[in-house]
Amino acid sequence: MSMTISDNMETVYQKPATLTETPMHYCPGCGHGVVHRVLMEVIEEMGIAEQTIGVAPVGCSVFAYHYMNVDMQAAPHGRASAVATGVRRVLPEKYVYSYQGDGDLAAIGTGETIHTVNRGENILMVFVNNGIYGMTGGQMAPTSLCGMVTSTSPYGRDEHVMGHPLKITEMIAQLPGAYYVARHAVHTPTAVRKLKKAFKTSFEMQKQKKGTCFIEVVSNCPSGWKMTPVEANDWMEKNMFPYYPLGDIKVPATMK
Amino acid sequence: MSEIQHDETPKLMKGNEALAEASLRAGLQAYFGYPITPQSEILEYLAEKAPEHTEVVVLQAESEIAAINMVYGASGAGARVMTTSSSPGISLMQEGISYMAASELPCVIANVQRGGPGLGTIQPAQGDYFQATKGGGHGDYHMIVLAPSSVQEMADFVFDGFRLAEEYRMPAMILADGALGQMMEKVYLPKAGTLPKKETPWATVGKTASRERNYITSLHIESEKMETVNLHLQDTYRKLKQEVRCELTNTADADIFLVAFGLSARICNKVMDIARAKGINVGVIRPITLYPFPYDIIASFAGPAKMFLTVEMNAGQMVEDVRLAVNGKSPVYFKGRMGGMIPTPEEIMLEVEAMSEKQQNLNQSAGYL
Repeated sequence: MSMTISDNMETVYQKPATLTETPMHYCPGCGHGVVHRVLMEVIEEMGIAEQTIGVAPVGCSVFAYHYMNVDMQAAPHGRASAVATGVRRVLPEKYVYSYQGDGDLAAIGTGETIHTVNRGENILMVFVNNGIYGMTGGQMAPTSLCGMVTSTSPYGRDEHVMGHPLKITEMIAQLPGAYYVARHAVHTPTAVRKLKKAFKTSFEMQKQKKGTCFIEVVSNCPSGWKMTPVEANDWMEKNMFPYYPLGDIKVPATMK
Repeated sequence: MSEIQHDETPKLMKGNEALAEASLRAGLQAYFGYPITPQSEILEYLAEKAPEHTEVVVLQAESEIAAINMVYGASGAGARVMTTSSSPGISLMQEGISYMAASELPCVIANVQRGGPGLGTIQPAQGDYFQATKGGGHGDYHMIVLAPSSVQEMADFVFDGFRLAEEYRMPAMILADGALGQMMEKVYLPKAGTLPKKETPWATVGKTASRERNYITSLHIESEKMETVNLHLQDTYRKLKQEVRCELTNTADADIFLVAFGLSARICNKVMDIARAKGINVGVIRPITLYPFPYDIIASFAGPAKMFLTVEMNAGQMVEDVRLAVNGKSPVYFKGRMGGMIPTPEEIMLEVEAMSEKQQNLNQSAGYL
């Protein structure tokens, strides 16, 4: 469908050029599309698209490189931050970000996550936490809440058997290499604006080679949670946010 | 193959150190590794030399898994990159190697083998032949596999490895062993600045306005597309056959062929001398590229009056390829030691003498003599 916009109309909002024309495969109501957009808006607005290399994970956002219009690499499951390390070390003046989900970053990639931050790699690590394995059909994630029903915890997550939901963001914030650590969401316009600011701050700090910036986005999974998008956001606010509270976790003195 | 230019004056070096120094002279841009015996000297050497080579990234990773994925990232960003390890560590890298092969990313990986399976032993072995040449990781892929048999080749094959890896856009493995890594020998090091680097227009270095974005992936969800990718890889492997290399010693008049790679081939050369002094015409076939394997060269020596003995430091791995090459035209025997034990010339000689006696009897009864 084509649409003609008359000459006297002003464009006030449009898709950033840093997103491709490819329709996203995400389920209705999923937060990934918004996180993608916010990240790519920041890259466009900062004018750094030509200096930016992204690393995509395995999981729901495995096709991120189809949507993000920058040079990208697709990492093996859990290894995005190691791949990003390789990129950033040989291109020390470029901007590098990794984009991972909870299974990728906080289960199979825990070792890479911790050591990447511990080295203070000058990258932005984007961590989208929706407490479930969406791509594989709704299995328990390291961040699934206690009592949460998933296809591999059909009677609810029993923390005595299956372990506790992992607050990996608080964990890595303890490391000296972590420079800026914050937890955000994309369920309201206000939350989106805050996330955008956090991404922008992260890239600014990356330019100054301050260390690892780590931004968690608590998100939803209407399909995996078996809820409507509205129900999912409501459930997220009531259940995910108390355990994974939003806000800054570690901020440099210059920002305080 | 292209000729490597060497220093005029030799040095006395350990195999691991010669490999490390050669990598710097080959224009290495990044090294990611993790300590494991018997190859830790490579990381140690590069770490020590790092201040003289500030343009080279040298990073000790938290694991071999992280190391190979750093190699993936750096190679995808267009850098000349290497990692090294020994058998158990190479096992950990298999996932990343499969991804790199699928994504057509060049790199050099050295495996200074030790005895296995499991944690095994730190003594030299050749038990990773199957893993190196037949895949190792998942899916239909291959690496270029170069098997050095001297400290000189530990150095030279870094140059050959990078050249071939970049030409064919695939990982190249140097399949050495603990003895080659640890022993000291005279080596004429390759000259620095003599290995040109191919352009990497596919690399992720930042999308410019003049081109579409580059992305590196091995995911092709449509099976038709995935098959196309596979067909392309297989096409590359077919082209790679022109790079096959094999050293032939005294094969023209040989009745018995010893087939061995790496350290085993050195021992076989000794056996050949002993056998020839006793009047047994032994020749040595040393595959240098284990992938692509010199099937045609070996096949050209097969015939009813000939015999083959494959000697390996494993339970019999390359012998399967020798049998494929010989294709029933000659008997193929095997002598191997495992678990870090190195076969002696004397015990191989016992096999050769037994074969020779059998050959005399067979040839007499068949009328060949």
